[in-house]
Amino acid sequence: MMSPFLFWFFALMTLIFGAAVVINRNPVASALSLVVSFLGLSALFMSLNAYFVGIIQVLVYAGAVMVLFLFIIMLLNLQAEEQRRINTLASAGGIGVAIILLIQIAVTIGRFEAARQTFPPLSASTTDDVRNIGAALFRNYNLPFQIVGVLVLVATVGVVLLSKREPR
Amino acid sequence: MITLGDYLLVSAILFSIGFAGVMLRRNLIIILMSLELTLNAANLSLVAFSRFRVDPSGLPNYNAQVFVFFIITVAAAEVAVGLAILVALFRARQTTDVKDISSLKF
Repeated sequence: MMSPFLFWFFALMTLIFGAAVVINRNPVASALSLVVSFLGLSALFMSLNAYFVGIIQVLVYAGAVMVLFLFIIMLLNLQAEEQRRINTLASAGGIGVAIILLIQIAVTIGRFEAARQTFPPLSASTTDDVRNIGAALFRNYNLPFQIVGVLVLVATVGVVLLSKREPR
Repeated sequence: MITLGDYLLVSAILFSIGFAGVMLRRNLIIILMSLELTLNAANLSLVAFSRFRVDPSGLPNYNAQVFVFFIITVAAAEVAVGLAILVALFRARQTTDVKDISSLKF
């Protein structure tokens, strides 16, 4: 397990830059804050001995998905955001609903007995968890895996179809 | 020591931030980014539970991590389709602001 200092460091990094995604007016700054937030989240995954998920997080989110976001932001050349006024009442309502949701989840966690326990020690090494996840994926979840493959194919075809200009 | 509740609390705060982003922001790209934050908050909870429930073999419960793998795959497909719709919308209307897209509003 990770030391408490490192846990809180990466947790705060994830949360502060996650909040920066919402607060920033500039879409490029939001996207770059999201990258830092995902890197902190990846460190939290690795602190839970989930090395494969942590690396996937960096490769897929901080790599592929964020490049896609930045590419679209640059392509659309968005700048009109600054001129808009903020509707104070609507913003307060949105923040209020989110805070009520947070309080509700926090109370639920507070009443959850297991949430007060520390993590039990592992008696086996998890450095080869790629093999273990692969075994679980192909033995127990083979059908969902193939369905996800079809889903990705459908998404690819859909993206090509949506991005194509229709001839006039 | 760090307990399971600490990870769940971080996950809850991250989910709330993403939810607030979906509620507050009017730029569709930022709304998609906030959706990614909420999905990742769910992933953090799943991985924490996976580590908390140790199997008799001494390894974490990998079912949750397989679930996280599926969530990441589906989220990547979702972002690709969402951004393609965004580009198509921008071509048709020259805007990414949800306030300007109100044709279906009653």
